[in-house]
Amino acid sequence: MSVRVGVYVCHCGTNIAGKIDIDEVVRFSEGLENVALVREYKFMCSDPGQALIQKDIEEGKVDRVVVASCSPLMHESTFRSVCERSGINPYLLTMANIREQCSWVHVDAEDSTDKAKDLISAAVSRTSLLEPLEKRVVSINPRTLVIGGGIAGIQVALDLADAGKEVVLVEREPSIGGHMAKFDKTFPTLDCSACILTPRMVSVGQNPNIELLTYSELDEVNGYVGNFEVKIRKKARYVDPELCNGCGMCWEKCPGTRVPRKGNAHEKLSLGPTSSIYMPFMQAVPAVPVIDKDSCIYFQKDKCRICEKVCERNAIKYDMVDEIVEYEVGNIVIATGFKTFDPGIIKRYKYGVLPNVMTSLEFEVMNCAAGSTGGSIVMADGREPESIAIVHCVGSRDNNYHEYCSRVCCMYALKYAHLIKEKTKAEVYDFYIDMRCFGKGYEEFYDRLLGEDVRFVRGKVAEITNVPIHESEKDKLILTVEDTLLGAVRRIPTDMVVLCTALEAPDGLPDIAKMCNVSVGKDGFIIEKHPKLGPVATATDGVFVAGGSQSPKDIPDTVAQASAVSSAVLSMITREKIEIEAATAEIDEDRCCGCRICNTLCPYLAIKFDVEKNVSVVNEALCKGCGTCVAACPSNAITAKHFENRQILAEIEGILSAAK
Amino acid sequence: MKYTYYPGCSVKATANLYQESIDAIAPKLGIELDELDDWNCCGATAYMSVKELMSFALSARNLALAERYHRDIVTPCSACYLVLNKTNHYFSDYPELRKKLGIALEAGGLSYSGNIRVRHLLDVIVNDVGIERIGELVTRKLENLRVVPYYGCQVVRPEKDFDDPDDPKTMDRLIEALGATCVDYPLKTKCCGASLMGTQEKLALSLCKELLANAENRDAHCIITLCPLCQMNLDVYQVKVNRLFKTKFNIPVIYFSQLIGIAMGLPFRDLGLQRLAVKLTRPMKAIVGGA
Amino acid sequence: MLAKQVVTESSLNLDFLDEIYSLPGGNEIKKCIQCGTCSGSCPFGQVMDHAPRKIFSLIRAGFRDEVLSSNTIWLCSSCYTCAVRCPKEIKITDVMYALKRLAVKEGITRGKKAVVLSKNFVNLVNKYGRNHETELMTRYILQAEKLNAFSFVTQGWKLFSRGRLPFMPHKIKNIDQLRKILKKVDELGDI
Repeated sequence: MSVRVGVYVCHCGTNIAGKIDIDEVVRFSEGLENVALVREYKFMCSDPGQALIQKDIEEGKVDRVVVASCSPLMHESTFRSVCERSGINPYLLTMANIREQCSWVHVDAEDSTDKAKDLISAAVSRTSLLEPLEKRVVSINPRTLVIGGGIAGIQVALDLADAGKEVVLVEREPSIGGHMAKFDKTFPTLDCSACILTPRMVSVGQNPNIELLTYSELDEVNGYVGNFEVKIRKKARYVDPELCNGCGMCWEKCPGTRVPRKGNAHEKLSLGPTSSIYMPFMQAVPAVPVIDKDSCIYFQKDKCRICEKVCERNAIKYDMVDEIVEYEVGNIVIATGFKTFDPGIIKRYKYGVLPNVMTSLEFEVMNCAAGSTGGSIVMADGREPESIAIVHCVGSRDNNYHEYCSRVCCMYALKYAHLIKEKTKAEVYDFYIDMRCFGKGYEEFYDRLLGEDVRFVRGKVAEITNVPIHESEKDKLILTVEDTLLGAVRRIPTDMVVLCTALEAPDGLPDIAKMCNVSVGKDGFIIEKHPKLGPVATATDGVFVAGGSQSPKDIPDTVAQASAVSSAVLSMITREKIEIEAATAEIDEDRCCGCRICNTLCPYLAIKFDVEKNVSVVNEALCKGCGTCVAACPSNAITAKHFENRQILAEIEGILSAAK
Repeated sequence: MKYTYYPGCSVKATANLYQESIDAIAPKLGIELDELDDWNCCGATAYMSVKELMSFALSARNLALAERYHRDIVTPCSACYLVLNKTNHYFSDYPELRKKLGIALEAGGLSYSGNIRVRHLLDVIVNDVGIERIGELVTRKLENLRVVPYYGCQVVRPEKDFDDPDDPKTMDRLIEALGATCVDYPLKTKCCGASLMGTQEKLALSLCKELLANAENRDAHCIITLCPLCQMNLDVYQVKVNRLFKTKFNIPVIYFSQLIGIAMGLPFRDLGLQRLAVKLTRPMKAIVGGA
Repeated sequence: MLAKQVVTESSLNLDFLDEIYSLPGGNEIKKCIQCGTCSGSCPFGQVMDHAPRKIFSLIRAGFRDEVLSSNTIWLCSSCYTCAVRCPKEIKITDVMYALKRLAVKEGITRGKKAVVLSKNFVNLVNKYGRNHETELMTRYILQAEKLNAFSFVTQGWKLFSRGRLPFMPHKIKNIDQLRKILKKVDELGDI
């Protein structure tokens, strides 16, 4: 079969033409076998450039295309569209990368030109043997799974539900709300966190399009974009949500202590009831308690059962078991939030060793009006502190723990400084390395705090001790720090220390990532498709990420990212069908010997085993065409479409034959 | 259990009481410390202040000599431990250094492949012999003896090979295994001033004063240590601390090996206790007995 | 000099940076975020001319003379607290050693008693293969502590009377082998 390959050489301004001799390359290409014509143009990707190709195809002069220009990652889809518009199969195209792999990386012009010739020769050989491939299309189930019921998950769920689409929202804790439910006020506006969050939580609970599964976890995921089958484990609450009316008699009477009832004010910190049957906080959605087995007297010692006795709805069911439910969804959103770093491993800060050293999250709970201290800021022994220290960068910006900056701590440190000034007469010391106030209204908030008599010290705290060297330091927590702006080492005695702990990836994220076929990075967070242009999608089609699980961020950014996800998901849903990769692997049934080596090697879990026929089968929807199975198959039974052995060998031939 | 032993220059001279106590307890603990033949000085902190590669080369010779016995090299001196261990780690981590040291060693007819570990005697005793075995060998009742575990710097930093750099617990566990009471001592890894006692005496004395003051106000009977320089500063210079700061400290500072020897009921003379500048106090003798 | 005048770039020495950056792990110095943990952790930080953090700031700006002539480097007791806590894992103590060596090489050591002690130590090790504390302290006192000699002698007596101060040095058998190795190092070029 004779083919007519058109070779189009791009100047790319001076990016290619500045190094490579275009005329020579054109001359050379004209002499290649199967080449019908060669053209050159300043910018092939431009409209007139594309029009050149289109005209040639429509006039029947070429039926296959080689574009010698930039990386396929840049414009492969552009030129495939041109082919399609002009009437030939879009897979009869090869890009010869004479920019990123040639003109941009080599110094000598002559060598670069020779290499460009090699690359084009290879491309032409390959293109002569390419096969037309059919586009594959799958349908998209309009239901979406959202994993995580914090503000990110809530926002996604509401956006999709308001658009009339069904959502399954899975939350691991007994109630949705996430970390926002534990905050008192939020920066920089100092809104009450619960006040802005709870209306949304209630909306989620009442929206008919949202199936809310709390105290539940993701168990299994199968399938592919548009067609996922997910299994959710509904953990046993031991309280029947259908019967419970949230009256609270059970936790009022419960003698079990999930959170200590004796002990100092800091040990007893809690938002909701401290009993074993409890709601995490009073505005919980759903307003159904759960029994904490580890502290429940019945489950541990087979006594008590008071909650059962006092419940007038007979909603207590000790024999409940975990239940697995299944759903079919089209897209999955990972919105599992974050957890805070445990500063106990930084021994010099004495967290857990000395009293009155607390984490930022503990300080938040203390400040909540609904919390165990009624919103008062108190020391462990209940006294009001005379001075409080706030320490930035505990576990962040530190190669020994987390290299990254946690982004929100500078702002919430300022918030704490303000709250302390508002609620107490305490002196506030803020120890920072830099003050990161990047958002809208953030620098203004810093300005406001500068005016509130906060003692700012630029220096990372070296250590915290209770060993005094002076009378004024007795019974205090002394922070040793170099005040870098002054160049002096200072010892500052305070009554309480709040450590701004790093934000980390939540427990179990690697497991969720594995189930959803996405990856976590070195920092523990989910890897997005592209750090700048694809912050909500992932490398796996149909799986999205929003909020703290992608990287530490504040509430405005979380909500923005969540809505971005909703938009991306709705785009998928309204399209109803999407095109998937055509260059997949194909297994020749006759050659397959059933060894199943490919099954375990496939990084996308795209190969299944047909037990009846005793052969492996590629799920073309999941296959990304990586070629691992092709290389591994001992029977040579697998072909990589668009990268067949003969096509690759032809490329090699092309390079070798072009050599001088 | 046999080990290649690197004593270091100090235990042969001003810290000879350390060596004496080690000689006394080693056979009972079941460890054989085979002194490395013809070892040379490690250079401590002084040599590195003048010459870098030569300083590494001093250690490299010792490591090369020790490697021939295919056993870990064990030292009782924290400074020697740091210098040998650091050289060993850098040998693996920095190819350029490894190459140069190889060339230098070859000039002396030696070579080193980086196959042995450097360990401190405390690590060997607590982790190899084991807490249980040590407990079995205790014959003297040390109940109510309040002992401060003072680690100093160079055994826990910069390499974190066997304990935490800010809050180590190896000696704490040893004290408890011997039946004594381990004092909760936040300054356990604070610097004593080290070699600056020679060149900046007042500054070093002020650091020692803090250490002694905190031992005193925690009602410690004694301080145990594992570094010849720390022992020297806190023991021999204790009277100078008192003179300069008008304090009245009288706290014996002994080596951890001497405490082990006391617990085992060995004669005090065998443990070199008569060489202390600050003698065992009466309250202490009331618990540990005489002789 | 950090005197009261505007500092011009021509008065600074940027080659200094290259000398420091070429140390093992020296490149990390560029990553210093000036947090001050090192200074805050240093047992002698408050008496140094420039606390460790400031030294790094001065190095990066090229204040060679200021750095090498400061008392900072000689007040470092090698406790490694800074190095272990540094969030950028900079080998601070190693840099201090390098600065010591540079100062010695340049002879910027006036009034620095630690140099006398170190140099004597080196000489003894080169002579015997081992340190001899008695001889070390004797030489040090004669060279650097004439005014305080009496105090040192009383300390020495305390040690001697308890048998902790040996008279005789110990020379290793294979001192030639050691010397050959050290000579080769000298040829390779030492820092």
